[in-house]
Amino acid sequence: MSKSGLATACVAAAYLATAAPALAEEPADVSILVETCAGCHGTDLGGSGAIPSLRAHKAEYVAFTLRAFRDDERVATVMNRLAKGYSDAQIAALAAYLATLN
Amino acid sequence: MSRSNRTSGHPSSPLSRRRFARLAGAAAAVSFVAAPFVARGQAAGRVVVVGGGFGGATAARYLKKAAPELTVRLVEPAARFVTCPYSNLVLGGWRELESISHGYEALRDRWGVELVRDEATAIDTAARRVRLGGGDSLIYDRLVIAPGIALRAPEEGGIEGYDAAAHARMPHAWKAGEQTLLLRRQLEAMPDGGLFVLAAPPNPFRCPPGPYERASLIADYFKREKPRAKILILDSKETFSKQPLFQQAWARFYGDMIEWVSLAADGKVVRVDAASGELETEFGTLHRADVANVVPPQQAAAIARSAGLADASGWCPVDARTFESRLAEGVHVIGDSAIASPMPKSGFAANSQGKTAAAAVIAALSGQGQPQPAWVNTCYSHVAPGYAISVAAVYRAGASGIEAVEGAGGTSPLDWDDANRKLESAYADGWYDSITADMFS
Ligand SMILES: Cc1cc2nc3c(=O)[nH]c(=O)nc-3n(C[C@H](O)[C@H](O)[C@H](O)COP(=O)(O)OP(=O)(O)OC[C@H]3O[C@@H](n4cnc5c(N)ncnc54)[C@H](O)[C@@H]3O)c2cc1C
Ligand code: HEC
Repeated sequence: MSKSGLATACVAAAYLATAAPALAEEPADVSILVETCAGCHGTDLGGSGAIPSLRAHKAEYVAFTLRAFRDDERVATVMNRLAKGYSDAQIAALAAYLATLN
Repeated sequence: MSRSNRTSGHPSSPLSRRRFARLAGAAAAVSFVAAPFVARGQAAGRVVVVGGGFGGATAARYLKKAAPELTVRLVEPAARFVTCPYSNLVLGGWRELESISHGYEALRDRWGVELVRDEATAIDTAARRVRLGGGDSLIYDRLVIAPGIALRAPEEGGIEGYDAAAHARMPHAWKAGEQTLLLRRQLEAMPDGGLFVLAAPPNPFRCPPGPYERASLIADYFKREKPRAKILILDSKETFSKQPLFQQAWARFYGDMIEWVSLAADGKVVRVDAASGELETEFGTLHRADVANVVPPQQAAAIARSAGLADASGWCPVDARTFESRLAEGVHVIGDSAIASPMPKSGFAANSQGKTAAAAVIAALSGQGQPQPAWVNTCYSHVAPGYAISVAAVYRAGASGIEAVEGAGGTSPLDWDDANRKLESAYADGWYDSITADMFS
């Protein structure tokens, strides 16, 4: 585990040093990003058992909540670990997208 | 779920809707070029999906969801799919097999996927043709293949003596269904005080935490029914997924019932004798099991290898962004067969890849630029009743291939209280229902 973590870190460092930043900064298509949430939050994002629904939220609520997960201000089980994977721009795009679902 | 849900069931973004509109026109031209011999009037883009498991069922569903005009044929021999996820709960006596079995009817009736109940026996990637066991062939413009794993036979770098006949005596239960039930029956028949041996495979293999979740849930069963039984895990690795979390919980819930033997401590099983229940390790130690569960070294499923999609490692190299094969054009390999490291070979990963491969296929058929993909993986493991742990990661396609986003992911903390472990066990159940609905509803 630490070995692969190290490998990932080395790869990332090499990448930062050499690659054009444009590729990594290119945000994922929001419709693709949101499909990654469906594996837990339900295929229609309407929740699944104990996992909450992502529908019918205000954009402000989703953006605030994802940032709070990311910054460990809202304590949770898995969302703190996942939210750290998204930039402010991605969080804003997710929030705007989810706010269109009722 | 009624048919009327077909278009309103899921948000499709304005972006992807624009793509479909362009697809309708563009795909016709593509199909004409790719297959000039097909009679006029046949559907424009033809996608064949081989394998109706985590990768394939997801890909088929998301292809039709985003581009209903496509003809999508799903080739799968089984009438129902039994998930490996949660099959350890069947072994522990927590669940019945029926509750982890899923039919393909909604894919057909709600989404319009054409079910081809057959096995793919050969693939000609130059002619873009899939041959079926029944004798027919299917022509494709794009192929998505997600056939899962094969267990290595002795002559393929597997374990001496662990051939197909031995699978019936010493089940692997690494493909769920009959094998799961066979192992369960053996565990039920085992006397109290008996020895259960689990031979765990080397990397890379399907479901890194799987053997250890299995040992946990069988320990829970033994604790209730056969408290003097022992579990010996003979491992071909030095470390394993979520190891500190598993070992902490084992000590607490199961005392010294579970013993784990690492590679260096002579854990690697090199030979088995299915008739006598004997397992021999690398340095010559013999273990006699009352019940043996042998999970051998693995490789991509046979059809992926015979189609020329695998490299010398036995697994299939793919483009990080599209999962298109590096060895054959127009073929996307997803799920366990693919080399997607650092993503693990998990159902969640295969599901996530199924969605991005569907988007990549649609983009290719409609002549659009490839969208920027994103993936997530989380593997929950149950360890005791009301007590589960997880490992998570977020992935993206970077210049060097698939990358885990730095700073994100990781395992549940070691110092968590019981309330969080209990929450994770409830969330694991939510995950199971969610992911299977994402494939089959
Ligand atoms: C005990 C255990 C527990 C697990 N628990 C989890 C978990 O909790 N979470 C998780 O994310 N993952 C888990 N996994 C891993 C998960 O099962 C796999 O990673 C996942 O199934 C991979 O998906 P796939 O599409 O590659 O293959 P599969 O899901 O195995 O699907 C392959 C399909 O292809 C079909 N097929 C094969 N050959 C052909 C052919 N020639 N023609 C037509 N069809 C063919 C097969 O019949 C099968 O239906 C677990 C695995 C095991 C063994
Ligand atoms: C591994 C499963 C999993 C995945 C994947 C996942 N979530 Fe979550 N989500 C949860 C769980 C579980 C909770 C409850 C909080 C916790 O314990 O983490 C939650 C809570 C949330 C909440 C708070 C909801 C509320 O009612 O306050 C938001 C918002 C959220 N998730 C957004 C997302 C988004 C957006 C994605 C995709 C980018 C996503 N989640 C992916 C499991 C997941």
